[in-house]
Amino acid sequence: MKTLVSNLRPALTLTVLLTLLLGVGYPLLTTGILHFGFPSQAEGSLIRDESGRVIGSRLIGQNFDQPRYVWGRLSATGPAPYNAGASSGSNFGVNNPALMDAVKARIAVLKAADPDNIAPVPVDLVTASGSGLDPDITPAAALYQAHRVAKARGMTDDQVKALIRKSSYNRTFNILGEPRVNVLELNLRLDGKLK
Amino acid sequence: MSQFITGNSWLQLALYMAVLLACVVPLGGYMAKVFQGEKTFMSPVLGWLENGFYALSGIDRDKDMSWKDYAIATLVFSAISFVLLYAVLVFQNLLPLNPQKLPGLTPDLSFNTAVSFVTNTNWQSYVGEAVMSYFSQMVGLTVQNFVTPAVGLAVMIALIRGLSRKSASGIGNFWVDMVRANLYVLLPLSLVFAVILGSQGVIQNFGTYVTAHGLQGADQTLAMGPVASQEAIKMLGTNGGGFFNTNSAHPFENPTPLTNFLEMLAILLIPAATCHTFGVMVKDKRQGFAVLAAMTVIFVPLVLLCVSAEQSGNPHFNALHVDQVASQLQAGGNMEGKETRFGIANSALWASATTAASNGSVNAMHDSFTPMGGFVPLLLMKFGEVIYGGVGSGLYGMLIFVILSVFIAGLMVGRTPEYLGKKIQAFEIKMASVAMLAPCVFVLIGTAVAVMCKDGQAGIYNPGAQGFSEVLYAFTSATNNNGSAFAGLSANTPFYNTALGLCMLFGRFFIIIPVLAIAGSLAAKKTVPVSAGTLPTHTPLFIAVLVGVILIVGVLTYAPTLALGPVVEHFNMIKG
Repeated sequence: MKTLVSNLRPALTLTVLLTLLLGVGYPLLTTGILHFGFPSQAEGSLIRDESGRVIGSRLIGQNFDQPRYVWGRLSATGPAPYNAGASSGSNFGVNNPALMDAVKARIAVLKAADPDNIAPVPVDLVTASGSGLDPDITPAAALYQAHRVAKARGMTDDQVKALIRKSSYNRTFNILGEPRVNVLELNLRLDGKLK
Repeated sequence: MSQFITGNSWLQLALYMAVLLACVVPLGGYMAKVFQGEKTFMSPVLGWLENGFYALSGIDRDKDMSWKDYAIATLVFSAISFVLLYAVLVFQNLLPLNPQKLPGLTPDLSFNTAVSFVTNTNWQSYVGEAVMSYFSQMVGLTVQNFVTPAVGLAVMIALIRGLSRKSASGIGNFWVDMVRANLYVLLPLSLVFAVILGSQGVIQNFGTYVTAHGLQGADQTLAMGPVASQEAIKMLGTNGGGFFNTNSAHPFENPTPLTNFLEMLAILLIPAATCHTFGVMVKDKRQGFAVLAAMTVIFVPLVLLCVSAEQSGNPHFNALHVDQVASQLQAGGNMEGKETRFGIANSALWASATTAASNGSVNAMHDSFTPMGGFVPLLLMKFGEVIYGGVGSGLYGMLIFVILSVFIAGLMVGRTPEYLGKKIQAFEIKMASVAMLAPCVFVLIGTAVAVMCKDGQAGIYNPGAQGFSEVLYAFTSATNNNGSAFAGLSANTPFYNTALGLCMLFGRFFIIIPVLAIAGSLAAKKTVPVSAGTLPTHTPLFIAVLVGVILIVGVLTYAPTLALGPVVEHFNMIKG
């Protein structure tokens, strides 16, 4: 009992002191450094139009389903896809019939929008991302859609492919991560809103 | 197997292991200095703060504690942390920094979350961006992200002192160990990581959620918050509780391949380095490297199994004309629940690292892994979080296995078992058995109760064997203080919040107390000089024995449940 009481003062005081240091001081110091050094990143890498309105974040995917835009991954967020106020994956297991239904439905939509395309569909285009907010698709998935987008916009396939290459990111240091295409940046380029 | 692991995957895995192992000696040596009370290059910066903390708290830094006093201090500190965090969560609506005007958490969710963070589990029953105010995230969760790994380190150091002291009555001072772990190890590392992560795009602000007006005309809500500061310690402290619901799959937590590499490195950085801290403090570095080798020998093959399982994809898709083959243009493989920028290798490596350590963060959804890919994280947790393991808790858990291995080897050759000159006797073995068996009991009984009762069954999401795996995974993760999930399970119910909360508590303290008891008992013993009959514990032979004991205990205890879950699911998958 004596030890119990003698421990109360250090326990309580240290809880307060550590809370002030680690829960207030450290986050504020980090905020200060990042707002000084990397203000745009700290605020969410936002993309704005000429009037200053936020169009989106280059790190967060948006829902695209019109044929004239390149589409991103499936998104399992609710109530609408790509809701960056409530990130979520589908959590479907590999044998879950609902997964097969989602994949089949996606393939049907892709085929309906581009009936001439007989190439196999890249897997990332028919599966939901972990966050539901994946900003990227693979180069394979972007190229798969190039013809549909070109036709919808009256552009040539090569023009679209050139923009895809412009919006592509290689592996970091040629080793880390995977090659990818930023869907929002690509669609902004297609609309002529991004150089 | 090699056809299922691409050349680039091999490169990424090799680079990861190389950088991780290269950090062991410098960081491990630095931590040894910190915990032996020596001056370090950080002392001029932080020494005044440390002394100020002791003065204000009435702590005599030279006072040695018996193991019982040490344990009581640990428990009192954890209890106060729990009460404070619970209060912050329940009354969050009355507290500042709540721009979204979020209400207080329900009592059962507050209980679960408070226990979860005080036990270094960071199981997420909550959806961060929809439930937690910035105040709760910072003052509540971030603080526990620091102090719980510090408690883990303190207990680990106490055990190491038990092994290295002779005829001593005390095992160190809990307050000093805990404060020094925070100030000299966790805080500086976190600040550096937070700034690097922030430079790559991890957000750090206090604004209201942003509404973006999308290209197709629809509005999109973008959740904000002070993420970078929390992300750094979340990874470094084997915490794993995400700022957002989808954790490090969320681009604002983990935007680029570089942040992904650094966050993965942070998962195992301190746990791996503690092996060397141990070697330095017992004045025989080979002992630390032997333990590190045993961990690595178990870890690497399981990573490869996970990568190859995920790379081989979902066979059901083949009939649908879906391209899952890796090429220059895509990672291929099982991409459900994975992010494009991470692909297969990084998702599988993360899943393995986060469950080898008791981190529990995710950058891909484990529930959507192939059965064998999901088997790997499940198995790694079932080894009791000793393959690198949690900060501090990994090494003290591993040393329990070492003590057991020494005992078994001693029985085989018919000599009194000893480790580092300390005789291992009935008391140590009893305590080691409690520490080893208690988690198994909570995992198995918890799972059995949950799958038999209505409230437990109600949370299951995926049909068939995967549904059973979800429940098994939840109890395994909670009891072993990991915190990752097969997240299809709806765990935010009074039943799961309470049951898993209790498992987390028991899983943490039913190991800490026996470990401290062993530390006290060993510290009091004399050292036996090395003789011809001493079993060397740094040789490949002993490493093999240790690996064997871990595998046998882990696999034998859980074989029936693993067979019912991932193994059945695997056969269901390949039968088509």
